Amino acid sequence: MIVAVASGKGGTGKTSVAANLAISIGNAQLVDCDVEEPNAHLLLNPEITREEPVYRLVPFVKEELCDYCGKCADFCQYNAILVIPERFLVFPELCHGCGGCVLTCPKKAIEEEKYRIGVIKEGFTRDLRIAFGELEVGEPMAGPLIREVKKHLDKSRNVILDAPPGTSCPVVETVKGSDFCLLVTEPTPFGLHDLKITVKVLEDMKIPHGVVVNRAGIGDKRVYEYCNEKGIPILLEIPYLRKIAELYSRGVPFSLEMPEWTERFRELFEDIERLVES
Amino acid sequence: MKQIAVLSGKGGTGKTTITAAFTVLAEKAVVADCDVDAPDLHMLLHPEILEAKEFRGSKIAVIDQTKCIKCGVCRERCRFDAITKDFTVDPFSCEGCGVCTIVCPVGAVSLTERISGYAYISKIKYGFMVHALLNPGEANSGKLVTMVRQDAKLLAEKERLNFIIIDGPPGIGCPVIASITGVDVALVVTEPTMSGIHDLERALQLLRHFNVKPFVCVNMYDVNRDNAYRIYRFCEENGVEVVGNIPFNPVVTEAMVNGKAIIEYSPECDVAKEIAAIWDRLEAELLF
Repeated sequence: MIVAVASGKGGTGKTSVAANLAISIGNAQLVDCDVEEPNAHLLLNPEITREEPVYRLVPFVKEELCDYCGKCADFCQYNAILVIPERFLVFPELCHGCGGCVLTCPKKAIEEEKYRIGVIKEGFTRDLRIAFGELEVGEPMAGPLIREVKKHLDKSRNVILDAPPGTSCPVVETVKGSDFCLLVTEPTPFGLHDLKITVKVLEDMKIPHGVVVNRAGIGDKRVYEYCNEKGIPILLEIPYLRKIAELYSRGVPFSLEMPEWTERFRELFEDIERLVES
Repeated sequence: MKQIAVLSGKGGTGKTTITAAFTVLAEKAVVADCDVDAPDLHMLLHPEILEAKEFRGSKIAVIDQTKCIKCGVCRERCRFDAITKDFTVDPFSCEGCGVCTIVCPVGAVSLTERISGYAYISKIKYGFMVHALLNPGEANSGKLVTMVRQDAKLLAEKERLNFIIIDGPPGIGCPVIASITGVDVALVVTEPTMSGIHDLERALQLLRHFNVKPFVCVNMYDVNRDNAYRIYRFCEENGVEVVGNIPFNPVVTEAMVNGKAIIEYSPECDVAKEIAAIWDRLEAELLF
């Protein structure tokens, strides 16, 4: 089973929930898809056994064949190519790598080359398998790297995907193909507002979902009212405890020091399994 | 006119709380919420919308089923796996590149514009707010951020306002890059956790890459003083000025629940005082 952990608002505890869940259920794989700011490895300290650079394709021109007709630039929807008399310029940071320019060039003057966008690292923490992507600083597009990271899913295990914050394309890319999405929120107006947007995305994508309320006890009751009205199950509440915050700050998954939580995360996973089956 | 961006790398470190406080302290400014896929600033500043604009950030392929001969060429050529088995377009995967329109042998595919969100120009008690809302799940948030920033700039020029304060999105990808290009200074808000430190380092690398002068403040520094100390040392080694330490105080959440900036809700609390001191430092940096 593939379970994505998302939130909308940042800093609600996605990574913490994903890491604790993955440790608790055993024989799992945790895949950190927040390639802009991957953090799961900071909580799990895996021994990295494999590193693989990731590239996307960007065009280059063979100047001797190019007659500067500009068809490629006209075609490119992303303004990644500029053709002016006697000059062909590519802006790799704008290129989505669709390959359309290669297809439109009447002189077959355009080819593609690899452009490094990041790295995928894989490893183990005891029996937990871990994979994560690290986007090159300055590279704008997270999507292509997330797509590559997701080619490293180990389907023989239960897979937990740690999503980036927000509700736009990198989140869609992460949760796509998941059996279930766990939404981690905090009971505050910001948490609720961003939760609602994320629920909308999941409804459109037809992915079943449930909520984890983190830092329960702070804020107000509106997250509960909203979930009640929408019939979204609240599967777990994690209270706001100084101890949990401190453990997180030191990079320790709290279930390791508070073993009663291992059982609760196992139950959470069983609840998810039941919801997916029904 | 000067522009300051509030960033973090890691989400949930307090960007919006600090931006709202800065807006109140600046008294009259343009504030731009550039976290267009999960904007929260409006819940503290209560904008009155003056103008709304459609954002047409991308296109999407449409297959005319009456012409389609199901040959599969588009499916084969699409690098985004956006053509489904029954030859419809998956809106969540389509990046609007148009390759399918040129490879289709019978001209059954075309590109249409899609409305990807809205941008707003609004009035607030402390000047103006420019903000946006990307439709859930959309791409091209960077372009929408650029639109918000252009509106903010025009507005600041027209109204002769000195400051544009930018609430940035988390991360280091396209919407963040669009939020920081051309700003005068950036304040990176971090927290004393392992993730906070890791993400701070990447955010600072990004600012260096784009030549933006960084400042750092540590929010909830008292949750882990050892880590706060590590951040000071790291910043010192890298020549980055730490402009403030904000203590943990539940009054911040209370202010949020009441829909107010912390400076309005509890001007005498330790958090409000520290943010005011940070603003004074940054204002001096921007003006002199």
